[in-house]
Amino acid sequence: MIEMLSERFVYVVIIILMMTGLYALIATGNLVKRMVGLTIFQTSVFLLYITVGKVFGGVPPILNYDDLKAGTLDPNQLYSNPLPHVLILTAIVVGVATLAMGLALVVRIREAYGTIEDDAISEADYSLELEKGV
Amino acid sequence: MDVTQYFDYALMAMLLAVGVAIIRLRNLFAVVMLTGVYSLLSAAWFTSLDALDVGFTEAAVGAGISTVLLLAAMLLTSRECDKVTASRHWAALAVCVAAGAALFYALPDMAPYGAADSPANTGPGMEYMTRTAEDMKNIPNVVTAVLGSYRGFDTMGEVFVVFAAGVGVALLLGLSGRRREEDQ
Repeated sequence: MIEMLSERFVYVVIIILMMTGLYALIATGNLVKRMVGLTIFQTSVFLLYITVGKVFGGVPPILNYDDLKAGTLDPNQLYSNPLPHVLILTAIVVGVATLAMGLALVVRIREAYGTIEDDAISEADYSLELEKGV
Repeated sequence: MDVTQYFDYALMAMLLAVGVAIIRLRNLFAVVMLTGVYSLLSAAWFTSLDALDVGFTEAAVGAGISTVLLLAAMLLTSRECDKVTASRHWAALAVCVAAGAALFYALPDMAPYGAADSPANTGPGMEYMTRTAEDMKNIPNVVTAVLGSYRGFDTMGEVFVVFAAGVGVALLLGLSGRRREEDQ
């Protein structure tokens, strides 16, 4: 058990970071802070992917340019896995796109309701329905 | 074991401290700035994990553009957030404990950290290292080669997503100015 945990210590830390983001996402009623929670959760998932691709004793996945030209690359050189890096590069940019979209929605909600606390928003919706007599 | 692992532990401790501070703070300006700090710390950790491209993208996009977007949204909306109610606190805690327990239960199935013979590190990912060396004599950075060539369609899809988000934001915020006239 102890050995299992010590070999996977970084994953334990990343799970805790993920849960921090999830808590911020659920607990707060403030929509901007909720987007912050989503960002933290997202960054923690990125960390999980990159730690999976790490190889001890490896170097960053960049080949030596001179050896590449001459065709004398060392076949025994260890590299970290480049595939998770590529996936996460795409995910970071898509994450900013969704963040921008979510924040634009929050700004519109603020214009329409005058608040970004979700309790106040549902209260406003409820009293509007009462007025209409739905 | 080399000395850089102690930097990693320091970064992990700082990430945890910043995460807890973000949960507890109610001043949105502080929360947004700490989010930028969180991104920058994770960018430092990415660099230490050999993911140089991810590190500088996270520093530029995650710590830079995200922080600017969040600051702008905060200035347009509010500066303080309400206190977390007790019922919400316990509900969120229950969800986090349940999800965290499930992830911990799955933990033994993960390969040990840093193992070169784990399934993730023996599959097609590592094949790109040799393929790039054979196919492209001018591109030493394998991440660039995979991003631009082998997984080029993925990157094109990413461009579509960013374009769609840009159009969505422009429409939502009424940047054409038409909505303002209709309101009056």
